[in-house]
Amino acid sequence: MSEIDLETARKVAHLARIAVPQENLPALAQELSQILTFMEELNEVDVEGVEPMTSVTPMRLKRRKDGVTDGDIQARILSNAPDAREGFFAVPKVVE
Amino acid sequence: MSDLNKLTIAEARDHLRSGDVTSVALTEACLAAIEGAGKLNAFVHHTPEIALDRAKAADARIKAGDAPAMCGIPVGIKDLFCTEGVASQAASRILQGFRPEYESTVSAQLRDAGAVMLGKLNMDEFAMGSSNETSVYGNAINPWKIDARDLTPGGSSGGSAAAVAADLCLAATGTDTGGSIRQPAAFTGTVGIKPTYGRCSRWGIVAFASSLDQAGPMTKTVRDSAIMLQAMCGHDPKDSTSAELPVPDFEAMLTGDIRGTKIGIPREYRLDAMPAEIAALWDKGAEMLRDAGAEIVDISLPHTKYALPAYYVIAPAEASSNLARYDGVRYGHRATLGPGDGITQMYEKTRAEGFGMEVQRRVMIGTYVLSAGFYDAYYNRARKVRTLIKRDFEAVFAQGIDAILTPATPSAAFGLGEMADADPVEMYLNDVFTVTVNLAGLPGIALPAGLDAKGLPLGLQLIGRPWEEGALLNTAHVLEAASGFVSKPEKWW
Repeated sequence: MSEIDLETARKVAHLARIAVPQENLPALAQELSQILTFMEELNEVDVEGVEPMTSVTPMRLKRRKDGVTDGDIQARILSNAPDAREGFFAVPKVVE
Repeated sequence: MSDLNKLTIAEARDHLRSGDVTSVALTEACLAAIEGAGKLNAFVHHTPEIALDRAKAADARIKAGDAPAMCGIPVGIKDLFCTEGVASQAASRILQGFRPEYESTVSAQLRDAGAVMLGKLNMDEFAMGSSNETSVYGNAINPWKIDARDLTPGGSSGGSAAAVAADLCLAATGTDTGGSIRQPAAFTGTVGIKPTYGRCSRWGIVAFASSLDQAGPMTKTVRDSAIMLQAMCGHDPKDSTSAELPVPDFEAMLTGDIRGTKIGIPREYRLDAMPAEIAALWDKGAEMLRDAGAEIVDISLPHTKYALPAYYVIAPAEASSNLARYDGVRYGHRATLGPGDGITQMYEKTRAEGFGMEVQRRVMIGTYVLSAGFYDAYYNRARKVRTLIKRDFEAVFAQGIDAILTPATPSAAFGLGEMADADPVEMYLNDVFTVTVNLAGLPGIALPAGLDAKGLPLGLQLIGRPWEEGALLNTAHVLEAASGFVSKPEKWW
């Protein structure tokens, strides 16, 4: 059985950029451990020499011309922003 | 004519073309049915004005002649599809208030074929769930009822399934990443098909797990699925994984003749804990196909057992990356920030408030299996197992098997809230028969085949060869006719 400790749970939550209050970490760690244990059934499978799947149907990704297909839609792009000012997405200070 | 909302697509099309019914009348009947079905919580955003405008336009087009089959047909659209100017929030708080400036390719194709959008349908948040209980809108409720309990319509396309089963619309769109069309179809006595990966464009559909997601129709009959699927499919330059293949006339392929085809019965799907009723229904389905002239062949898909754990590595991994875009910057919810909060706190608080528990869990699992040091052990191993699962299917198709018959779900619809104390893995077991199909990119259809002892619908699943939706629909059509399933839920809502 895989064990996710509190420190790992905290780290995963941070990597995923989800704030998890300290008091919820033990339950989270337990749930993640349960799911990982379930996943570990995969260790029974002999995957020696098997290629990991990259495309489920045999297809080559098509190339297209590197051209401009639209533009002049600033207002439409910003229309759903929680905070847009002077034509920009506004966010809290990023650089100290 | 009364009860126009109870018509099938094929019946409505014929009435529309003969001129004895208008799309406006059909649409009004559906809007009235929706109005009276608030208890089911299937429709979560109502668009009656759009519906009536489109219905009027459809009537004019039909009058002018040469209208496509979907012209004038009132449908519901799953909330996962972006619809221009209409709330599209994947049943998530994080997309509250989001009104896309564009229309998904699939819903645009339906619109351009003349279909009438009645509104948006409830679902599990970001299509993550098997019971519609993870929705920010609250539970959608199954119109089938056998006692005081409210039953789940399944998930993630729970609202779509409930709406079609309750005759609130003639058909609905669904999406299927691990069974999200087929399991709800089975729980509600409706038909749902997930086409081959690449048949339908994914452009404009909120992404969950891009290598598994496919859209498909949810309908009252197999014929209706054929008609509606036709309108949804086709190459789209905006989705690089959409297939550049001609879309055949699926309805014309419903010949009812399956003589000489080979139907595989995979022994690995006979679970130890399978309820006797489901095993019996499966046997009966095989018998009906045999009676119709098909050859029934025992087959083996040896890696079946590993499909669920592989899925629950791959899907969350892809989800963690797809859902990284919900950052509170470009659209949707942004948390209120405290003094001194910087951009990291904005991301973390926004995502904690915006995502429900199941979504958070899957994003974190995905983050973990992709993180340095675990990528090979989990993610790469799962992708290798996925290759083996696909090879299992290729091997049986190479033996000449045309389609595979399995149960659609391990049980009938269960009560809402009954899984609340179960661990997450127990809920995941709902997908045990459907998830292999997504991993292998194949077409799969669920159709109702009987009732259990308590009177709830049970479904069977047929799995087809890649790109052979037409032949698959034809086999399903034969099974549908043989099983003679006509039961409808009694109205209590």
